[in-house]
Parts: sequence; C-alpha cells; structure tokens
Amino acid sequence: MDKFTKVTGIAAPLMRQNVDTDLIIRIERLVDNVGREGLGPYCFEQIRFKPDGSENPDCVFNQEPYRGSPIILAAENFGCGSSREGAVWALKGMGIQAVIAPYFGDIFNNNCFQNGILPVALPIEDVEQLADEMKASPGNARITVDLENCVVISPTGRTIPFKVDARRQHAMLNGLDDIAQTMSNQDKIEAWQTADKSARPWVWL
Amino acid sequence: MGKALFDKIWDSHVITDLGNGFILMHIDRLLLHDMSGGKAMKEAMEKGYVPAQPRLIYGTPDHTMSTRPGRTEKTHPPGEPLLRSMRETTTKFGIKLFDLGQDGNGIVHVMGPEQGLTLPGTTLVCGDSHTSTHGGMGALAFGIGASELVHVIATQTMVQRKPKRFRVSFEGKLQPGVTAKDMILHLIGDVGTAAGTGFAVEYAGSAVRALPVEARLTLCNLTIEMGARTGMVAPDDTTYEFLHGRDYAPKDALWDRAVAYWRTLPTDPDAEFDREHTIDMAKVAPQITWGTSPEHVIAVDQAIPDPSTGPEDKRAAWAAALQYQGLEPGKPIEGTKVDWVFIGSCTNSRISDLRAAAEIVKGRHKADHVTAWIVPGSERIKKQAESEGLDKVFTDAGFEWREPGCSICIAANGERVPPGKRSVSTSNRNFVGRQGPGARTHLASPAMAAAAAIKGAIADVRKF
Ligand code: SF4
Repeated sequence: MDKFTKVTGIAAPLMRQNVDTDLIIRIERLVDNVGREGLGPYCFEQIRFKPDGSENPDCVFNQEPYRGSPIILAAENFGCGSSREGAVWALKGMGIQAVIAPYFGDIFNNNCFQNGILPVALPIEDVEQLADEMKASPGNARITVDLENCVVISPTGRTIPFKVDARRQHAMLNGLDDIAQTMSNQDKIEAWQTADKSARPWVWL
Repeated sequence: MGKALFDKIWDSHVITDLGNGFILMHIDRLLLHDMSGGKAMKEAMEKGYVPAQPRLIYGTPDHTMSTRPGRTEKTHPPGEPLLRSMRETTTKFGIKLFDLGQDGNGIVHVMGPEQGLTLPGTTLVCGDSHTSTHGGMGALAFGIGASELVHVIATQTMVQRKPKRFRVSFEGKLQPGVTAKDMILHLIGDVGTAAGTGFAVEYAGSAVRALPVEARLTLCNLTIEMGARTGMVAPDDTTYEFLHGRDYAPKDALWDRAVAYWRTLPTDPDAEFDREHTIDMAKVAPQITWGTSPEHVIAVDQAIPDPSTGPEDKRAAWAAALQYQGLEPGKPIEGTKVDWVFIGSCTNSRISDLRAAAEIVKGRHKADHVTAWIVPGSERIKKQAESEGLDKVFTDAGFEWREPGCSICIAANGERVPPGKRSVSTSNRNFVGRQGPGARTHLASPAMAAAAAIKGAIADVRKF
C-alpha cells in the first residue's frame, strides 16, 4: 500500500454524479500495453479531449487554475461501475492524490486505498461549498486533506472532519503491505482450511 | 434472531477477526480472465509470492479475444500477450486454464456456473465487477480490484468489512414478455444506481423462487449497477437440479452431503435486514434504457422522460444523457431507429437467452440497415445452440453467429459499435462510450433485442 498523509493544493470541481470508471479510463488503454505508470495521459480522455485529439476547453481539467490539480471535487457515486483498478492508476498518473465526493463506488473505494489515493466522503453540501470557495478565489484558493487528523481544510480556513476506517487510516499513513499483514496469520489460515476440508470436502478440488 | 443467507456464508468463512470491523475471509474460488488474470499472476510473482491454493484458481480468456468466426488469439493482436501471460503463469503453477476454443472456455461468469465451479455457500471472487452473477447459485461472489487479486493469489484470503443487508422481494407472476432482465432493470430504475452501495443484496420473493437458475444469474449480474458488490439468491431444488452432474460439482455420496449442507443456507424466517424493498411483478412491463446509466430505464411503452419535469438533482444528468443519446424528451421510445443489435455478454448469453431470441427471430428477417450479432457465452452454449439449430435460425434471419467472448459488451477486443450508432444490447452497461466511443446503447432483454433487430427500431416484444 502506498503512503498518504496530507495534501494541500488546488481542487478541480467535476461536479457530476455517477462518474464511472469507464469514463475515468477507457478499457482499450488497459489492453494496450502502456503499463500502469503510463495511463495518466488517458485519464478522462473522453471529456478531456475532442474526437480529433485536441483539448476540450470545456473540461475542468483543461482550465486554469485546475490543470494539474491534485484533488478532485465530485458529486455522488464517484468511481461506480467496472472494478478496473486502472481507473485509480490513471488518476494517480494525472497527479490526483485525493477525491472528495459524497460517496464512492465500493470497489473503486477499496482500490484507492491500495494505491495511496484518499477517497474522502463528505455530504454534497460540503462538497458544493468547497467548489464554490475554489471558484471564488481562482488561483489562490487551496484545500488541505489531512489523513492524520481526518479533516479537510477549506480555502477560507474552515475545518471539516471526515470519517475513515481506523484500520485503513493506519495502513495508509504507514504504507503497510496488506499481504505481509495477512501472512502473519498463516497458522490461522491453515487451521481454518484443515477444518474446512473435513466439513466441506466438496469445495476442495 | 435468525440469520440471513449472506450471514451464514460470511460467518462460515471468517478465519479471524482483525478488529475495527474487519475480518480475514477465506476465498473458495478465484476466477481469472485475460484482462486482469495474467497481469495479477505476474505481479504476484514479481513480489515473490506463489499461488497459495492453485487448485482453487481457474482461468478463462474472454475480454480481449476476437469473436469473429474462425478467430484465434492473434485476430485481435493486443489480446495475444495477455493470453500468453495467462498461459505461462497458469501452466507454471498447475492452474486450470480453459483456453481459447477449448471445451469449458467462455465468459468467466458464464463458464463458472456452467462447469459447476460455482457452488452454493462458497465465497468466489474475480477481478471483474459482474462477479455478483455467481450469486444466482447461492454463492457469496463479488468483484475485486487488481491489488486485491494479488492478495487472493498469494493468500487465498481477503480482508473484508461486513456490508449491511438489503433484501429485494419480487412478488407475483411475470407479465407477458417480462424476463429476469426486466426485473433487475426495473429495480435499478426504482431505487437508483447507488441504492446498494455498502450493502449485500438478497433477491427473494415468489417471482425469484419461480426463476430458473440461468435467469437468477441474469438477475444477480446487474447487482453492481445498483451499487452493491454482491447479490444472491438462496439455493433450492432448482439450483441442485441445475448443478447435478456438472463437471466440477460434487458426485455420489459427496453430492448428498453437500446438498444436505446447502439446505441449511437459506435465510431464516426471522432474519432481519437493514433495508427491504418489494416489487409487485403485476406492474412490471418489458424494460428498455433510454440514457447513459442503467437507472435511466422505462417500460417500452413509455415516453422518453423530460429533464425539466424530473427530480431536481437529476435534471442535468438527464439532459446530458439525452443529448449523448440523440433523443427527444416526450417522444415514445418505441419506434426509435436502431443500427446495431448485440445479443450476448455475461448478462444474457446463456442457452435460455438464445432460445428466447430465436423464438422471436424464427421465420423473420432482420431489418436491412441493422447489424445484428449473436455472441454465445461459452463454447458449450455455442455447441448446444448449434445442435438445436439456433445458429441457423439466426443466420437465416441475417444475424451474425459468432465465437464466445465479451465482445461489444465492453469493446475491449477491437469490436465496437461505431460512433453515433444506436445499439440495443443485452449487456449490462449503457455508459458513455461503453460499446465504443460515441456509441449509443439501450439495454434490454434478449427477446426485446431480437425484436429491435427485426423491426429496425426499438420494439415492444409483446406485439410479436
Ligand atoms: S461480458 Fe461484459 S460485463 Fe460480462 S465480464 Fe465480459 S466485459 Fe464484463
């Protein structure tokens, strides 16, 4: 698991609902062998670029001061749809470190924690207000997302608390390796499997 | 208090409590496909891990393989290295791969139940969000990401937090022309794409009990489209009849033991759910989506919704969807001209789906301007359909009869609906660009899709 502690920067308001992972990264990019580090340029390509490949000026990611911002503000159900972890790699490749939205697709949410991107769930009113504060002072406004203290600090200095699972918070702050943690339970895994082989032998092919 | 089916499977798979609401869960089956399987195996190996339980892992290429008749892995060149790495890594560890063209190959969520790999009461994961499909067999099945996949390969376990429980009861008799696809589309329209976020769903009620297994798989398939990772139907005699004699299902004395165990799994009468929702099947007509989210769905005899009269928080999304789809609010959806028809995908490519489509197509011909594809879900389904002469019914009607795979459900294999073209598809996602950049998708049942191909326009299957 990659580490995340805190990020301060400009937040791009992409205030639409149901941003699905197909929109974040097209499936062909995951078939073509660009590798997970190479996905950034294709992140959100369907809205960032016109069919002829030129930049779409209507897209927030192409507008100043939001180009290259490390935080996204979004409406409900960000990251719904396909389980493709490539969506998170693409966001990472585009420089995104945190996404703030009312809630996230379950699988996307898990994938974020695996890659050091923090999904922050805040009520839509809070997200909208953050977007308004960003727009009120373009270029100067900054948002801070602080995982240690579980707070978002708005451009006007308001402190908004958010919730995160204690286990995940700890793992992300310390960049812990999930697999190594699980393997420390190897004796318990083996004991469970031995018992299960006699209880449900038909499962064990 | 009694337990729900979900709790019984969950509780029996807890290896240890990790605290803070997390547990370590045993995974009974891991299914690999070409988009994520080979890569995850390679990543595990690079990190120094080997598969902990190779006999509980099975693989099949489906996503990136061409479905053109006579295809090989080279027909769509970008898929070839993905299949190659699947072959190398599975061979190395003795993992069974149902390779391209071999018996047992097919879309991962079709071949699992077909082979009897998916069993009631088991935990099953796959790097694909439609893994919920297997819940139709009474399994706890859910999609996972690439990192989680490596974790399962290395440990055959997952770190999980218990979701809440959501029961959806479909009551009463299905009306003419209505299928499991219409049931689930109607439900998503009713509750929205996020209703299931954080929940495990159980489908129950008299209408579900009456469904054959293949229809239950269709029902569970779209669970992720309402936000829930897992959806399930309690196993019963219908399940056992379907499963009996399948390749990987238990045999003889072990079969009897397994059935006795499976009979203990259904939800107890006094079990409690965090959320309940009931649908009266008397009120459900054949469905079709109009927009770019599965919740954008109406009955086929309804008018295309008008954003200005819709719920305030949805107006912008509705307007954008109509613009992308090139549709006018207020007009009937029936009669909208269609360019493509796709019958296939892990939602609706099983033999019963092909039979239902063939029934509509038989003795008719597709409209001239329509390209219509039938993509069977597996090698076995393809052979079965051919032995029943269904391929002939379709080709006589001007449809293309293709090789098994995901095809234009996801357009990851070079096959796509061209930009601006309108497709009626039996798959599960009508997202922007899902069937190809600029493609316009309408989700519907196989019979509805077949009817659209004949008419050359969105059609009401009840009029056939
Ligand atoms: S058929 Fe479509 S939804 Fe099903 S596994 Fe393949 S790509 Fe995914």
